[in-house]
Amino acid sequence: MDLVCPAGGLPALKAAVDNGADWVYLGLRDDTNARNFPGLNFDGDALAAGLAYAHARGRKVLVAINTYPQAANWARWTAAVDRVAALGVDAIIVADAGLLRYASRAHPRLALHLSVQGSATSYEAINFFHERFGVQRAVLPRVLSLAQVELVARRTPVEIEVFGFGGLCVMVEGRCALSAYACGESPNTAGACSPAHAVRWRETPSGLESRLNGILIDRYAAGERAAYPTVCKGRYAAGNDTYYAFEEPASLNTLDFIPDFGRIGVRAVKIEGRQRSPAYVAQVTRVWREALDAWKAGSFSPRPAWTAALARHAEGGQTTLGAFSRPWK
Amino acid sequence: MKLALAPLLYYWPRAAVLRFYAEIARAPVDTVYLGEVVCSRRHEVAFEDWLAIGERLAAAGKEVVLSAQALTESEGDLKLVRRAVANARFRVEANDWGAARLLSGTTGWVAGPHLNVYNPQTLAIVAEMGATRWVAPVEATREMVAGILADRPAGFEAEIFGYGRMPLAFSARCFTARRFNRQKEDCGFACIDFPDGMGLDTREGKPFLAANGIQTLSAGVYCLAEELPALREAGADILRISPQSANTVEVLRVLRAACEGALSSFDARKSLAALSPGKLWNGFWHGRPGMEAA
Repeated sequence: MDLVCPAGGLPALKAAVDNGADWVYLGLRDDTNARNFPGLNFDGDALAAGLAYAHARGRKVLVAINTYPQAANWARWTAAVDRVAALGVDAIIVADAGLLRYASRAHPRLALHLSVQGSATSYEAINFFHERFGVQRAVLPRVLSLAQVELVARRTPVEIEVFGFGGLCVMVEGRCALSAYACGESPNTAGACSPAHAVRWRETPSGLESRLNGILIDRYAAGERAAYPTVCKGRYAAGNDTYYAFEEPASLNTLDFIPDFGRIGVRAVKIEGRQRSPAYVAQVTRVWREALDAWKAGSFSPRPAWTAALARHAEGGQTTLGAFSRPWK
Repeated sequence: MKLALAPLLYYWPRAAVLRFYAEIARAPVDTVYLGEVVCSRRHEVAFEDWLAIGERLAAAGKEVVLSAQALTESEGDLKLVRRAVANARFRVEANDWGAARLLSGTTGWVAGPHLNVYNPQTLAIVAEMGATRWVAPVEATREMVAGILADRPAGFEAEIFGYGRMPLAFSARCFTARRFNRQKEDCGFACIDFPDGMGLDTREGKPFLAANGIQTLSAGVYCLAEELPALREAGADILRISPQSANTVEVLRVLRAACEGALSSFDARKSLAALSPGKLWNGFWHGRPGMEAA
């Protein structure tokens, strides 16, 4: 089982490699990827340096070109594919069917991974991308139970990658326009969810308020841990109940499921967090490397130190099994 | 501009559904999409019922399309998709690539709004697979629609979401059940009590969203009544209207009159404001936040 780790910049890429990532995934410095944040991601020089660093140590580099191009900007997405193919990346992560076809024809030797933003939740959908474009690996949206992942893995020749740790999209990836609804930018079209320029924090007599494009997402009393204001992590009122209508701030952590993932044929686990620090990447990668090595050696049992280390990096200090847990649904 | 009635997104009692579509049979609408697209647990209206409703609408002169479920998780979900695909009577709307794969090679299916067709290259793929109509994603801008349609395959139709609470997201989790501290598997079908979705207000009392089982909608209502000339210019052939529990037939009448030029866009918007369960927004079309009126 491969460990796939995030890098928002060269220091994070080195941290991932040094701490045992098999693959590092990253994005270019524009809206062709779903973490289009200021100051984040790779220009040509950084990508070349990152590739050299990873390849010298026998690791692989994946580039996410996983937003949806439109007629007016199509050429920029194909140029991104051409550029990273020429640099010798090991695979690209793509969501858009048209762009997958372009890549499969223009660069037949370039491996294609289906992005989680492609919203393929069934083997029928994944096999579509395999038959048409030769997709080798698919990242599953965070909606399936273990038994459902197993069914998918059994019915497709495509390698299956699941999320192991990090920020949890409560909504199906690639099918969420909540951020666009509130502030005009969403992952599909702009590569951003709740972009920082639309976020405002304000101390008020009734507490700390977080707003997205002026819309009140939440208000925190003294002592409450504040969460980054994505629409799905806010508190809203339904009738007389004011509560986390979608999800409490928490991170996904499926470390305990490593033996199950192995049993059902999951080929890779992915750590979320290209927007996080090199220290986050280093520590989370190290924990998962140790855990996967223990599993390979046949001696896996979750260690308290792993759980504690991961909890320190979890949103709101809490972790959840998400859709892998039936009660969560 | 033709009018199409989108699939019913909410869970209504069977009698209410039958009454609704009996009215729709007499309403000014050209195409009616039928079927459960949100949650496979819902059972008030069975697949056979949808086919029977479809026959009655077809007899009344409507074009009928069966819509496939948007989020498929289990083998049971796939069975429902396969059943819609295999129906030999009506066209089918695919709402994920699994359904598109199953429909590939048949002619005349509809590439639904949840397929994520954002550019001409992807439109060409669904056209090669036999689709003859594209329903734009709800966040589509005028520029995007015009761009995708500039060089569309001959005879290919474009349908734009033009009226109704905006379908914004799907999840594995049921948010209506969550409100009542129930699990999805034991939800008690709480969504049947919210015929237009369960309103979610911000903590300062502003209507924001509406939860509809695993789906999240806007609280306000998308309305492109004032954009008819721009829609035509961009290449739209069909305006999609989403069913709501009250006034749907009236909404269709207003939009038909506006399309035929019998009602000014100003008057149409004014009438629709009075018929809607929320404020009217049109930001997406203008490349703005969806919750804005441009």
